[in-house]
Amino acid sequence: MLTLSEVTDISGEEGNLQVKVLQHPRFVDMDKCIACGTCAEKCPKKVEDQYNAGLMKRKAIYVPYSQTVPLKYAIDKDNCIYFQKGKCRACEKFCPAGAINFEDTEKELDLKVGSVIMAPGFTSFDPSSQDTYGYAALPNVVTSLEFERILSATGPFMGHLSRPSDKSEPKKIAWFQCVGSRDMNRCDNGYCSSVCCMYAVKQTLIAKEHSDVDLDCTVFFMDMRTHGKDFDRYYEHAQEEGIRFIRSRVHSAEPGPGTDDVLVTYVDERGHQEREIFHMVVLSTGLEIDEHVVALSQRLGIELDPYHFVRSDTFHPVATSVSGIYACGAFTGPKDIPQSVMEASAAACAATQPLAVSRNTQTKTVEIPPEKDVTREPPKIGVFVCNCGINIGGVIRVPEVAEFAGTLPNVVYVEENLFTCSQDTQDKMTAVIQEQGLNRVVVAACTPRTHEELFQETLINAGLNKYLFEMANIRNHDSWVHANDPDAATQKAKDLVRMAVAKAGLLSPLHQTDLPVHQSALVVGAGVAGMTAALSLAQQGYPVHLVEKSGTFGGNALQLHRAYQGEDVSAYVKKLTDEVSAHDRITVYPESTIQGVDGFIGNFTTEIQTADTTKTIAHGVAILATGAREYKPDEYLYGTHKAVLTHSEMDHLFMNDDPRLKAAQNVVFIQCVGSRDETHPYCSKVCCTHSVESALELKRRNPDINVYVLYRDMRTYGKREDLYREARKAGILFVRYALQEKPKISDSGDQVRVVFRDPILDRELAVEADFLCLATAIVSYHDQTLAQFFKVPMDADGWFLEAHQKLRPVDFANDGVFLCGMNHYPKPLDESIAQAQAAASRALTVLAMDTINVGGVVCHIDPDLCAGCLACMNVCPYGAISEDKEKNVAEVNEALCKGCGACAATCPCEAAILMGFNNQEIYAQIKGALAA
Amino acid sequence: MNHTQQSEPIQGTVMVIGGGIAGIQSALDMANSGFYVYMVEKSPGIGGVMAQLDKTFPTNDCSM
Repeated sequence: MLTLSEVTDISGEEGNLQVKVLQHPRFVDMDKCIACGTCAEKCPKKVEDQYNAGLMKRKAIYVPYSQTVPLKYAIDKDNCIYFQKGKCRACEKFCPAGAINFEDTEKELDLKVGSVIMAPGFTSFDPSSQDTYGYAALPNVVTSLEFERILSATGPFMGHLSRPSDKSEPKKIAWFQCVGSRDMNRCDNGYCSSVCCMYAVKQTLIAKEHSDVDLDCTVFFMDMRTHGKDFDRYYEHAQEEGIRFIRSRVHSAEPGPGTDDVLVTYVDERGHQEREIFHMVVLSTGLEIDEHVVALSQRLGIELDPYHFVRSDTFHPVATSVSGIYACGAFTGPKDIPQSVMEASAAACAATQPLAVSRNTQTKTVEIPPEKDVTREPPKIGVFVCNCGINIGGVIRVPEVAEFAGTLPNVVYVEENLFTCSQDTQDKMTAVIQEQGLNRVVVAACTPRTHEELFQETLINAGLNKYLFEMANIRNHDSWVHANDPDAATQKAKDLVRMAVAKAGLLSPLHQTDLPVHQSALVVGAGVAGMTAALSLAQQGYPVHLVEKSGTFGGNALQLHRAYQGEDVSAYVKKLTDEVSAHDRITVYPESTIQGVDGFIGNFTTEIQTADTTKTIAHGVAILATGAREYKPDEYLYGTHKAVLTHSEMDHLFMNDDPRLKAAQNVVFIQCVGSRDETHPYCSKVCCTHSVESALELKRRNPDINVYVLYRDMRTYGKREDLYREARKAGILFVRYALQEKPKISDSGDQVRVVFRDPILDRELAVEADFLCLATAIVSYHDQTLAQFFKVPMDADGWFLEAHQKLRPVDFANDGVFLCGMNHYPKPLDESIAQAQAAASRALTVLAMDTINVGGVVCHIDPDLCAGCLACMNVCPYGAISEDKEKNVAEVNEALCKGCGACAATCPCEAAILMGFNNQEIYAQIKGALAA
Repeated sequence: MNHTQQSEPIQGTVMVIGGGIAGIQSALDMANSGFYVYMVEKSPGIGGVMAQLDKTFPTNDCSM
């Protein structure tokens, strides 16, 4: 990891690039710094803290934030008194480790790499220049990033909702959307930043949670763009919670007369001017590319679009114009976290594809210290109690809990930490375990769901079996939920620690075994996503089985005319199909279905029913790319009148150059047909852009045509906003309708009569339409059988449910199974392709291994106690238990077992034992709970 | 790929510029699929903008 570093030049060819890196001096020796913070405490120079968006001060010697990796201090030369005025050196005087080095110099590094991924991120738009919103003049007008810090427990007000001017708690807050986005007048950012609507909704709800009063939240917006998975439900929820949403671009924010309040002037939808006082205003600022990134891109020859995002085409979403350099995240266009994570994995796949022959040639293996045998030792427990900044310490009296822990049986060591999870604490913990001869460790902090693995790694580094570890969750289960009662919370923390210590004393080491990985993949579905995933894996050197239920490859893309940037879809699909069919590592199975799946990560066996035979294949990973379909509505005369079409039907007219298109005088589009309603309470994401594209195509073919788009919110997110602007310029009329007042359609001979209300004119209008194009929803196939075969969950709308919506967007909770394309959620081609490359990348992390570990926290059934009732087999959600017919007992497949404990809870004979959670351990924990 | 350059072996090392959530995910994937990764970050530590966020939808997890 090269911090404080920047790339200055890249030369050479993909596979062999020479990169020049300039590493700026840190002035602190990373090997010596113990991150004790004494230097920053003694440093006399206060500097605006960028991490806290300038709302707080830091020192000239600093760490960006307390969980920074690497957790090492750095001197900010531009603000250091010694560097600026020639004397001070207080940090050097007080540093106990002798880590300060004022002689540190800039270094130039020449590195050889095969490829480069640019993930430089974005900066938040600076609204200082927009004086109508008063950001520069009014202290209580803040940006969304500043508000994020205001809400944060590590922020300037320690998580208490306060406004900057007088630290009082605001009772009324307004959010202004599209500041620095969708705006060609006050700035040149014509694009939609894609994320601001959703984060504003989130901020309103979190602010309400933080507030002691019934906080009045108002969001001023143009179109509410909550187009992601489950986003619309969240928006609905916010409306139910009483958040006010006003459709208006705010005119101005001025000082409230005689107060620090903000006077907001806006025009409502009916055209009335309103003035309203707010205690605070949050500007939902958009995303921009930093000027340094633009300069570097220009130096490297990377082509950018006029907004400075990477110019990439729909079919190669993470490629740049320079071979060997790839891009992901906000740099390729404004996007949210899950989409950035997907693209990051996609870029990893694309960037390593040309280097596949050199896999595992330059990696290094980690030395793991030998494991100490502690089975004969009496328990020696160390307890580490975390403050989690103020998350725990702000409520629970941590020193009291730590002191109490010291009185518990078998506890020989207790320590209190500000952040137990920080890197320096981990290093110290390793040393303490070794010095004190600890053989069991208890951490009283947050949740094992996010942090258990980190602490287990520390145990491994200290030579302890990682299962000799127990966590007490005194944050989520305690300080967060009992924030108003510190006494009871402190008592509960002691109870939780007592329970954890009681259990820890009984823990025994558990072991894992290595199983070989079958280095081939199964891809289900040969649409664009499935074919992209299959081809990516094959090009990375692994055999792929590609199964498609229909006789043709290409899926929904076969119905599409053009992608949003104008690319010809059918030509691309043909090229992709040819490549897939010709690749010698891909075996295709058209007209085939999955009949059964057995096994687990690294070792799956799947039965495939082809047109004429049944085949059984072995594979290490599976990617589900089964797609979705266009909804066929039963309203608006669809199916009964020939003028009424869906998008795919209209695209067919385009592809066939149907003469009726030229003859048409009036065409109407209706958005959200079957989306955002009771049956499908989600946004189908692709239809707004599709309608705008088709509307423009109609105008191109016949400039005199009248096109009307009836919409609820135009959701042309990201760079797609340009199309929407172009459409309005081209004279296409956009008229909003409400769900309660849908357009009315009646038969009018060859045409249909469309009647709708124009909210601005407040009048009913009628159009005799030659074509009525319904922008219908994308709906799931609801393939429960496939979901059961792969043991993967589906949400209420029929979308496959990923392991984590933000951070693991293409993984399933069932290891070794991945997803991509529209079975995850409706999405346009570029996002499906990126997700397919991402799924391939995640699959590669499995395929690149020769073996996988199984065991650890799994169930074991004691055959001597088992009565053979098989109750456990029926409750096991993972199909991990089978019957040994000879001995008439149940047995567990350790590789399939996820350690959920359902069998252990069901077994009437206590024969099923969950390792690490056996009955004695649980009983001890319960006794501990009741011992107070 | 230029054929005259084949004499030089293809590198098994990659570089990621930027240590935000996207850069970190790319780096982890590549490291876990058998490549050595250099991560270049302009600030003293990684984490990017996501580390500044308080909580994220839908899990309300802190962004650490």
